Amino acid sequence: MSQEDRHLMPHDVRHPPERGFSPIQTPQSVAFAPRRVLAIVLRHTYVLKSSFPRLLELAYWPTVQMVLWGFITTFFVSHSSWVAEAFGVLLAGVLLWDVMFRGNLGLSISFMEEMWSRNLGHLFVSPLRPYELVASIMTMSFIRTVVGIVPATLLAIVFYEFNIYGLGLPLVTFFANLLVFGWVIGLLVSAMILRFGLGAESLAWVAIFAFGPLSGIYYPIDTLPGWLQPVAWAMTPAYVFEGMRAVLFDGVFRWDLFGGAVALNVLYLGAATLVFLRTFTTARKLGLLLDVGE
Amino acid sequence: MSQPTPSSAATDTIDAPPAIAVEGLTKRYGPVTAVGGLTFSVPSGRTVALLGGNGAGKTTTISMLLGLLLPTEGRIRALGFDMLKERHRALPRMNFSSPYVDLPHRLTVRQNLMVYSHLYGLRDPKGRIRELAEDLDIAHLLNRPSGKLSAGQKTRVALAKALLNDPALLLLDEPTASLDPDTGDWIRGYLNAYQRRTGATLFLASHNMQEVERLCDDVLIMKGGRVHDRGAPADLLARYGRGTLEDVFLDIARDRTRPLEGEGQPRAERPDRDPELPGGGSGPESLSE
Repeated sequence: MSQEDRHLMPHDVRHPPERGFSPIQTPQSVAFAPRRVLAIVLRHTYVLKSSFPRLLELAYWPTVQMVLWGFITTFFVSHSSWVAEAFGVLLAGVLLWDVMFRGNLGLSISFMEEMWSRNLGHLFVSPLRPYELVASIMTMSFIRTVVGIVPATLLAIVFYEFNIYGLGLPLVTFFANLLVFGWVIGLLVSAMILRFGLGAESLAWVAIFAFGPLSGIYYPIDTLPGWLQPVAWAMTPAYVFEGMRAVLFDGVFRWDLFGGAVALNVLYLGAATLVFLRTFTTARKLGLLLDVGE
Repeated sequence: MSQPTPSSAATDTIDAPPAIAVEGLTKRYGPVTAVGGLTFSVPSGRTVALLGGNGAGKTTTISMLLGLLLPTEGRIRALGFDMLKERHRALPRMNFSSPYVDLPHRLTVRQNLMVYSHLYGLRDPKGRIRELAEDLDIAHLLNRPSGKLSAGQKTRVALAKALLNDPALLLLDEPTASLDPDTGDWIRGYLNAYQRRTGATLFLASHNMQEVERLCDDVLIMKGGRVHDRGAPADLLARYGRGTLEDVFLDIARDRTRPLEGEGQPRAERPDRDPELPGGGSGPESLSE
């Protein structure tokens, strides 16, 4: 018997492991495995596919918002030279705001699904890493956001002849930056829910609205009082919505605004991920992974 | 089903390291000590039970062994890996089942098993699910939502999830809680057969004394967050002069009697006893032979 064999467990003698995995497993990285990320994405896709009302709900609110702001736009076109100058400025604002809102909610709900189903105990005795869970709920957030927003954007073309895709490549940057900022809020909310229990779940729906007035969705940031403007410029959405107006009014893509949004997102996403992972460690200290009630 | 005998798989490789080795394991919540200074080891290929009343520290101990709960002090090694520093090297070959931790209710049984098959990186998820479904008689449940199952069905599905990766170390929290005697007996028989077939190490927390007597090679009895006594079921019965483990358990829970003089280990050599109990002491506890 070799030295190595001497350290095999009886189970392993009968089923010799390969690179630390049993013969029925495919050896994969213990640090990060895309297959584990996709396993969680698959789990949430099953939930979405099994429930038509859930799919409908994803698209419902963005569509209602779009219809409402479409009528407001129609009214203001004839009563406001500012809106008339760029017909889609309000509709583009509301659709992009919904990207941020859906990004946040998609991530938070995907996380809360695990708490609602009391599944965290099983997940974290599997080889799944906490940051793999973060990667998977970000992926789900992207999927949920696309499923929610795309029908509203298509209906905007039909109802109001406003084609947000006419923004071209800048739209991709706006979408990506707002989605990531939605993840930042979603991660912080999820950390709060993990730490304080499902009693805090309403934060997933309401926390983001605190950012609304400071985001400059429907008006330029210089509309805000002088003392509040630095606060707005400390957050990503101000750069995105100002950039959106630059494209719609002036036909110019402002690289400076894009750069500011990306820099802030890198900073905030890194910080929010750290907060979530630290909270996860706290949850392990306090035994919260098995006790996920209110 | 024939009455099983204690497993013999441990004799396969006498030099194997313990499947679980715990040293000075302590968990405090503020001033409350839930688990205090546990030291024990579980030889590879054995079935070991953790017995104790409510609040004795069983679930806390199992949670720490799994890494779901971080200890305040102490060290844990599972399958040779330090569970505080490199638990992800051990987790692919460990698994866990508990009636108190659910699988997502909205997913069907098949979907749940498929998700966990991918998490454990199985080569042939469909084949493994089919195999376990036949073994555990859940093939007819595969397309049912997990939330619509009876307690017995849920237990078998949870067991299927726990066996997906053919674990070398399986931790079970009250595996037959809330089950009728027939289903409970079936589960015990299955676990025993699995252990004998694979040589896996089973570590289970239980309130069911018959289960422990039937399945386990060794028993750790916890009280007040400490290991109060340990030994093979037959040894414990002899030491306490009782006919059933339930009576032994009640004696310990109610501080009613002490082990008979001259039975089992001498008291001075039986460490980790509650110091306030007559004949008690303190120190490390080991199941290693």
